[in-house]
Amino acid sequence: MAAAVGMGQQWVLVEMVQAFYEAPAYHLILEGILILWIIRLLFSKTYKLQERSDLTPKEKEELIEEWQPEPLVPPVSKDHPALNYSVVSGPPSHKIIVNGKECINFASFNFLGLLDNERVKNAAQASLRKYGVGTCGPRGFYGTFDVHLELEDRLAKFMRTEESIIYSYGFATIASAIPAYSKRGDIVFVDEAACFAIQKGLQASRSNIKLFKHNDMADLEQLLKEQEIEDQKNPRKACVTRRFILVEGLYMNTGDICPLPELIKLKYKYKVRIFLEESLSFGVLGEHGRGVTEHFGINVDDIDLISANMENSLASIGGFCCGRSFVIDHQRLSGQGYCFSASLPPLLAAAAIEALNIMEENPDIFQILREKCKRIHKALQRISGLIVVGDLFSPALHLQLEETSGSRENDMKLLKRIVDYCMNRSIALTQARYLEKEEKCLPPPSIRVVVTVEQTEEELDKAASIIREAAQSVLN
Amino acid sequence: IKYMCLYKRPFNEHFEQAPMYVAVLTYLGFGVGTIFGYLRDFMRACGLESCNLAAEREEQKDFVPLYQDFENFYTRNLYMRIRDNWNRPICSVPGPQFDLMERVTDDFNWTFRFTGRTIKDVINMGSYNYLGFAETDANALKTLADVLQNYGTGVCSTRQEMGNLDKHIELENLVARFLDVEAAMVFGMGFATNSMNIPSLVGKGCLILSDELNHTSLVLGARLSGATIRIFKHNNMQSLEKLLRDAIAYGQPRSRRAWKKILILVEGIYSMEGSIVRLPEIVALKKRYKAYLYLDEAHSIGAVGPTGRGVVEYFGMDPEDVDVLMGTFTKSFGAAGGYIAGKKELVDFLRTHSHSAIYATSMCPPVAEQIIRSMKCVMGLDGTTQGLQRVRQLGENTRYFRRRLHEMGFIVYGNDDSPVVPLLLYMPGKIGAFARRMLDKNIGVVVVGFPATPIAESRARFCVSAAHTREMLDTVRTADVLVKLTSDARGAGRSYKSVTLNLNNSFCFCFS
Repeated sequence: MAAAVGMGQQWVLVEMVQAFYEAPAYHLILEGILILWIIRLLFSKTYKLQERSDLTPKEKEELIEEWQPEPLVPPVSKDHPALNYSVVSGPPSHKIIVNGKECINFASFNFLGLLDNERVKNAAQASLRKYGVGTCGPRGFYGTFDVHLELEDRLAKFMRTEESIIYSYGFATIASAIPAYSKRGDIVFVDEAACFAIQKGLQASRSNIKLFKHNDMADLEQLLKEQEIEDQKNPRKACVTRRFILVEGLYMNTGDICPLPELIKLKYKYKVRIFLEESLSFGVLGEHGRGVTEHFGINVDDIDLISANMENSLASIGGFCCGRSFVIDHQRLSGQGYCFSASLPPLLAAAAIEALNIMEENPDIFQILREKCKRIHKALQRISGLIVVGDLFSPALHLQLEETSGSRENDMKLLKRIVDYCMNRSIALTQARYLEKEEKCLPPPSIRVVVTVEQTEEELDKAASIIREAAQSVLN
Repeated sequence: IKYMCLYKRPFNEHFEQAPMYVAVLTYLGFGVGTIFGYLRDFMRACGLESCNLAAEREEQKDFVPLYQDFENFYTRNLYMRIRDNWNRPICSVPGPQFDLMERVTDDFNWTFRFTGRTIKDVINMGSYNYLGFAETDANALKTLADVLQNYGTGVCSTRQEMGNLDKHIELENLVARFLDVEAAMVFGMGFATNSMNIPSLVGKGCLILSDELNHTSLVLGARLSGATIRIFKHNNMQSLEKLLRDAIAYGQPRSRRAWKKILILVEGIYSMEGSIVRLPEIVALKKRYKAYLYLDEAHSIGAVGPTGRGVVEYFGMDPEDVDVLMGTFTKSFGAAGGYIAGKKELVDFLRTHSHSAIYATSMCPPVAEQIIRSMKCVMGLDGTTQGLQRVRQLGENTRYFRRRLHEMGFIVYGNDDSPVVPLLLYMPGKIGAFARRMLDKNIGVVVVGFPATPIAESRARFCVSAAHTREMLDTVRTADVLVKLTSDARGAGRSYKSVTLNLNNSFCFCFS
C-alpha cells in the first residue's frame, strides 16, 4: 500500500517536472514573478490595524447609564431684556396702545400708513367673504388662487420686470431665493451689514461667502480682483463657479443706501450677478416708489433678482421676488419656501393688491415721506449723547450711544431707560433687537426710529424734543 | 415586538409591495422617457425643434451660466410633459368642492392660457382641509370680519419689538390649553417654525436623529443648526435604538467626546406615506436613553385622536412625555402659521432666542382670530358640539374611504386611521393620465412623483375631509378611471389585458 502510494507520488512528480520543461517561457516568467512577490510580501513590514475597540455589551450598558445630557434649554433669567414683550392692545397703527398707554407710533414699519387704510380693509373683507382665510395647500396642490396670480402680475408690472413670484412670509423670501441659485462651490460677495434673513439664506446655500466692508466699493473691488487671480489658476473650475453680489437697497441695520451705479459697473467688469434685497426701499425710494433702481435711474433689467417683503410699505404679510422670467421661473420648482409651504392667505394678497393700487394712484406720498424723514433727521442731529445712524431720506433710523460704556448689557440698559422715558410721554419707541450669538457682524445697540406719512410735523418735532430730554436726563 | 404591550389599541399599517412586473414596467417607462428626453434636447440644440425656454440676456451671455444643463434635464423633459396637473388655479374657497379656472396649453405645456371659463363644483381631494374649516359661512366668519376691521391686515414689526399684539397672547394661551401643556408660542409660517427654531434648540456638538421621510422644513432646520444628523429608517424602532446606543457608547466621531444632547425629530403623520409615528415606542426609547423628542404634528393636530388633540391623544399618552410639541395651523384649522408648545422654560427660551421672534414679522390678527375661533369650536368652548362632530366625521370618512379602496384591491399605503390616503400608481404614464381623467370627471386629485417620492413609487394622494359627504367619497371611489388605470394589485392583474394596458400607459407618457 505504501509502495503504491510512493509510486503514485513519484509518478506525479515526474509529470510535474515534465510539465515544467514543456511549459512556454512566458508562463514560467509569470510564475517566477508571482513567487518572488509572495516572498516579498511575507518578509515586508506588517501594518497594525487601528485597534477597533469594540465595546462589550456590558461596557455599553455602563456608558449608557452614565451619560447625562445637557438640559434641552438653558434657563432664562427672569429679567432677560427680551423676555417681557411690550403688549400692544388693538392695531399697531399711528396711535398705538402699548402696555395700556396710548402713544404715537415711531416703531412699526408702516411707512405709507396703509395699515389703517379703509380701502385696504374693505378689499380684505371682500376676499374673506369669497375665499375664507387659509389656502389649505402649497402652490402646487390647489393652493394657487386667482388673487395670487393677479398679485404676481401687478407686482411685475409695477416694478417693470417680466415676472414675479410671491412667498407667504417675508423672512422666507430671501432665505429661500438665495439657496435656489447659489450652491456649494459658488461664491457670494455680501455686505457686512446684511440682515439676518440674508445670512440664513447664505448658510442654507453652503456657498463660499466673502464679506466686504459696509458700502465700501474699493474693498469689494479688491475682493473681486483677488478672485480673478484665483480663477486664472484654475480656469476650468472658474467656468462653472457662479458669482453673486448680494446687497440691500436700504440697509436695515444701518439705514444706508447702497451705491448701486458703482455696483452695476463692477457687475459688468467682473461678470458677477447682482441680487438686490429691497425690503426697506420698496415703496420708499424712487419717484413712484419702485425702489433703489428708480432712485438712481438704473434699468431694472440690469439687476438679476430683486427681493422684497410686503410687510413694510404694503402693510400686508409675505414677500416677493421679481426679475426676468429666466431667473424667477427657476424658483417655482426650487424655492423651498415656495414649494413646501402653504401659500399666502388670499385676504392678505387682496390687501396687497389694493395697497399697490393706492401707491400707484398717489405717487406724491413718497415725496411727503422723504420730507418728513429729512425733518426728523435734522431735528435729531443735535442731541448730545446720541448719534443718528442712517441716510437723510431713510425712514428707518437708528440712534446709537455716542460713547459706549464698554459693556453691551449696560448700553442696552441705558437705551432702555431712554425708551421708557419716551414711552411715559406718549412716544412709542423700541430698541433694535438682534440675536447676539448668531449675527456675523453684530451692530451696536440702538433705538429704532421709524418715520411714517401719518406723523404730522408737530408730532415729529415733539418726538425729537422728548428724545432730547430723555437723553439729557438719562445720560447726564 | 417587545414593545407591542405599549399600544392600547391596534396599530394597522400597510406598505404592500407591488408585483415585480409593475416595477419593471415603471423603470421601462422612465427609460423610454429619458431616451426621448435626450432626443428632444438634441433636436433643440440642432435647431430642429423650437426652444420655448426663457433665455439669458444678450449682455450677460458671457457670464457663468446660471443653471447647469443636466440639473434641469428632468424638469425640461419629463416634468414639462405633465406639468398641467400641478399649480392648477382655483377661484373659490378650498372647501369640499371648489371652482377651478380652466386653462389650456397651445404648445404642450410650455405656456398656459386661461379660457375665462370656470369648472364648477370640482370635488376637492387635494386640499388639506381635514376638519372642514375652510368655509365662508357668514355666521362663522362674524368675529373675523370684526377683527379685520379693527386691526387691519398687517403688523409691520417683529414679536420682540412692537409686534406683540394682545391677540397673540390670547391665541398662545388657547393653544396651551388645547394641548394641555404649560405654554405655547405661535409663529407666522409653519415652514419657518421648524427652520428657525431647531437651530435655537440644538447646535454644534449635539446629535439629531431624524426619520428618513421627514419634511423639508425639518431637514432644513436640522442643517441650519450645525448639529450632526443621522437618519433612521422610516418608523423603524430597531434602527432608531441601534443609532441611540451607538451614539451614546461611541460619542462624537473622531474626538469621542460625549454628545451634548440628542434630539429625535419625527412627524405625527407623514404626508407622503400616510403613516402614523410609533409614539409609545419612541417615548419609551427616549426615556431609556435620555434623549429629547421633537414631534411635528403638521398633519395630525386636529385630525387624529378622539377629540382632535393629535397623536399624543390618539395613543392615550401624556403630553409631558414629548419635549417639544410643534404643529401648524394650515391644515386642520384653515389658517396659516405654526406653534411650538411644551414646558414654560422651553417657551421662555424660544421667546428670547428664536430667530422668528427677533427678525420675522408676527402672525397677522385676522389669521390669529381664525385659529382662535376654530380651536374654540374643536374644544367645544363655543357652546356647540360642532367641533367634536367634525372630528368624528373625519374619522368615519377616513375609515370608510380606506376600507372601500382596500376592498376594491388597490395598494394604499399608511395607517388605517390617517386621513392622508396615498394610492400607488407606480408608472410615470399613469401620473398624468390619472390626474387628467379624474379632472374630466370633475374630481381634483393631487399626484406626486419623483423627486418628492422614490422614483418607482409615484402616487395619487387623497386628503379626506370632514366636510366630504358619503356621496362625494363614493363618486371618487367609483370613478371608473380608478378601476381602469390602477388595477395593479388585483388578483386578475396578471392577465394579459392588464399587462398590455400598463405597457400602453408607460408609452403614452412619452407621446402625451
